[in-house]
Amino acid sequence: MAEGSAAALWNLAGRRLGARRAVRVALTVLALIVLVALVGPRFSPWGFDSLDWQHLAQPPSTVAAHWFGSDRLGRDLFVRTLYGVRLSLLISVLATLVSLVIGVAWGAVAGFSGPRTDGFMMRIVDVLYALPYLFIVIILSSLFARGSLTVLLVTLGAVGWLTTARIVRGQTVSLKRREFIEAARALGLTEGAILVRHLLPNLLGPVLVYATLTVPQMILFESFLSFLGLGVQEPQASLGNLIYVGAQEMQSAPWMLIVPAAFIVALLVCLNVLGDALRDALDPREY
Amino acid sequence: MRWIPVNTDAVPVPLLALAGLGVTFETPNGTVTAVEAVNLAVGAGECLGIVGESGAGKTQLFLAVTGLLEANGRSRGSARFRGQELLGRSAAELDRVRGALIGMVFQDPMSALTPHLCVGDQIAEVRVRHLGESWGAARASARRLLERVHVADAARRMHQFPYELSGGMRQRVMIALALAAGPQLLIADEPTTALDVTIQAQILALLLELKRSAELALVLITHDLGAVAGLADRVAVMRHGRIIETATVARILKEPRDPYTLTLLPSASAFSAAAAGTAPAAAAAAALTVSHLTVDFPIARGLFARPLRLRAVNDVTLELAAGESLALVGESGCGKSTLVRAVLQLLAPVSGRVAWLGRELGTMPKEELRALRPQLQIIFQDPLASLDGRQRVDEIVGEGLRVHARKLTAAARGAAVRSALERVGLEAALGERYPHELSGGQCQRVAIARAMILAPQLLVCDEPLSALDIPTQQQIVALLAQLKREAGLCLLFVSHNLAVVQQLCERVLVMYLGHTMELAPAPLMYATPRHPYTQELMNALPLADPQLQPARLARVRDGEPPSALAPPSGCVYRSRCAHALAVCAAHTPPWEEVSAGHRIACHRWRELPAWKPEIPQLRE
Repeated sequence: MAEGSAAALWNLAGRRLGARRAVRVALTVLALIVLVALVGPRFSPWGFDSLDWQHLAQPPSTVAAHWFGSDRLGRDLFVRTLYGVRLSLLISVLATLVSLVIGVAWGAVAGFSGPRTDGFMMRIVDVLYALPYLFIVIILSSLFARGSLTVLLVTLGAVGWLTTARIVRGQTVSLKRREFIEAARALGLTEGAILVRHLLPNLLGPVLVYATLTVPQMILFESFLSFLGLGVQEPQASLGNLIYVGAQEMQSAPWMLIVPAAFIVALLVCLNVLGDALRDALDPREY
Repeated sequence: MRWIPVNTDAVPVPLLALAGLGVTFETPNGTVTAVEAVNLAVGAGECLGIVGESGAGKTQLFLAVTGLLEANGRSRGSARFRGQELLGRSAAELDRVRGALIGMVFQDPMSALTPHLCVGDQIAEVRVRHLGESWGAARASARRLLERVHVADAARRMHQFPYELSGGMRQRVMIALALAAGPQLLIADEPTTALDVTIQAQILALLLELKRSAELALVLITHDLGAVAGLADRVAVMRHGRIIETATVARILKEPRDPYTLTLLPSASAFSAAAAGTAPAAAAAAALTVSHLTVDFPIARGLFARPLRLRAVNDVTLELAAGESLALVGESGCGKSTLVRAVLQLLAPVSGRVAWLGRELGTMPKEELRALRPQLQIIFQDPLASLDGRQRVDEIVGEGLRVHARKLTAAARGAAVRSALERVGLEAALGERYPHELSGGQCQRVAIARAMILAPQLLVCDEPLSALDIPTQQQIVALLAQLKREAGLCLLFVSHNLAVVQQLCERVLVMYLGHTMELAPAPLMYATPRHPYTQELMNALPLADPQLQPARLARVRDGEPPSALAPPSGCVYRSRCAHALAVCAAHTPPWEEVSAGHRIACHRWRELPAWKPEIPQLRE
């Protein structure tokens, strides 16, 4: 892919995005959360698994530097929440990348091939779609180490790529009938070169939008698995298992639920606003 | 004050008067002026043509009159309809005028009709809304309206949806819709631009008939001065948002005040045999040989039913000598584009052979064919769609060299791209732009540069003009003619319009429903077409002559090509032919030789009356 085309795409999209206030707010909040998640724990005297027997289940206060309070075991919620944000973001971004790589390759090849290969490849996707994913997750996590990061990534990626493949395949089918693809063939490009030089760059827009909207889905999904006890395990903290513990203590220690929940809501809202705006900015009708 | 007086006696002349009407758009890059202070009047029952290139502001002018500008558009000045100001009215007030007293017809009927309503209900809705008819009465009126616009089998069509109709039929429905409430003014914005020449003639004939019978004032917006010549009483020529002249058609054709005006007229005044290309060099060796080529498309019919086969090209044989140009002419769906794609091996034929310089392309290994590709190039109808929107112009033009001249350094390739751009009349600096930043004509030049940089010997042109304005069309024709002269190109030129190929091609092949109808040297084809279908195509060409054209339009016969899935038996053209006999239904006509180089597929060509060319009186 040529740098020039990518630059133009980004310039155009960037200009349109910058023009919207909601986007600027969302980007600022997102950057703040990531920044705090990265450097915040350094300012706290506590580690994510260190116990403070003097202050069990303490509400947020400046006493003993438990700014967001502590949990039943006296672990500092400020540090644990920020570690949770890190882990949740890491897992969701990686899982999105995994699902993009597989999904784009699968969908583009299926859409660009003849009807027979296309049909075969997409029926595989249909079959995988039909399998109850929770069941697969339970099997995977009982076969391998429970809460292993790799297993979690594989699981999330395995579920995520199916939708990506369908979206990419649909785009590819409509793109390959366009005259510029025919023109490339008349120029004597090989099918592979057409795929790489003409199809993928044109797929970039929709895929990017989809990716931005997938990251929050992955955060939610990871939280859901952790909530069920299938994801990240104690004493590791993710937003999901923090919320799980917080939900059990909701009546006696509401901050244990409110703090991680506030972070997940902020993340989801920002990412969704960004994804929607990106979709509008890259809308081909606006060219 | 009552809005729109019911008493029509009091209607002041003119019907529509525009004074100082201007249109501006607020964009992120500042205010853009689309129309500057236009003064114009349309009298009752008059037909006014608004002619100009795309971007001249002609559409925006009338969108402003009807209050349909985009949200960022602002209009100023005055637009009085029957003495009442239209500008600045609320939507509710305008709704009593739009559709009721002013009808509108748009260029693309597919997007102007609601896809999920059957056409009968769409027309009836206007009657219910504006005339207060009951739905039953409105449906009966809708059927009468469809009959009035010559929709065959109106009772059945009432219940069809827009996607089930052909382009010409949709435009008729659109006109019926615009007429539904009995308007006094009909605004038609490029009503025939998206249509074949034959269907264009039918629609123009219909508009002429309506204008005469219904006391209807007509505003016809178009980029083609030739198309309105037979219809309009007066013509206003627009350029850069201004009206540069207004006069009667005869006056504008005879002595235009602005030289720009005549560039809006298709230059090829058909029927003048002298203007046609030179006769082909006799007995030159064939460069391209196509023999008995047949192409089918499978039409899927669900999971288990066997797919239907649509025969797009049926047993076509032709030869092209080196440096010779052949035009393929016919209505949309006649298989001409499919034929050239099969020639270039972009589609696989069912049977038949294609040979280039004696080497058969169909059986050649893929690698060899790819190496041969530079010699066989193509340019497409939609110039923007044929360019990759994510690539810069210089990448697009240089792409062929990247593939076929790998050893070339980036600098040498850049130089080749710049000279290719200059050769097609583009500044080298345009190489840094993206296709969507260019005009249609510039995009088409980029597509030509992309093909020409490989020094092809055969250039296939698939309707390269039909998406362009008339002046741009003429520039592209001139460019192709020049490239052909300089490079000794073979051209295979596909078009639905006999007139546009005249300057470029030495021979013309007319196709209908996948079959070849007539093949002749161009001068012969334009002077004495023998096949009834060729004659129909010739009659459909708009003639820029206000004296001759109305009579020609009145002779236009309705009719559209039947579905290629169920072609008529025998001669496929017989269902539309005025001269068809029993023999035409029984046997497929042979591909007979009339004289050297002139072939025809018609049972009755010997007996049919000779065709008389009409020479325009006003223009040389």
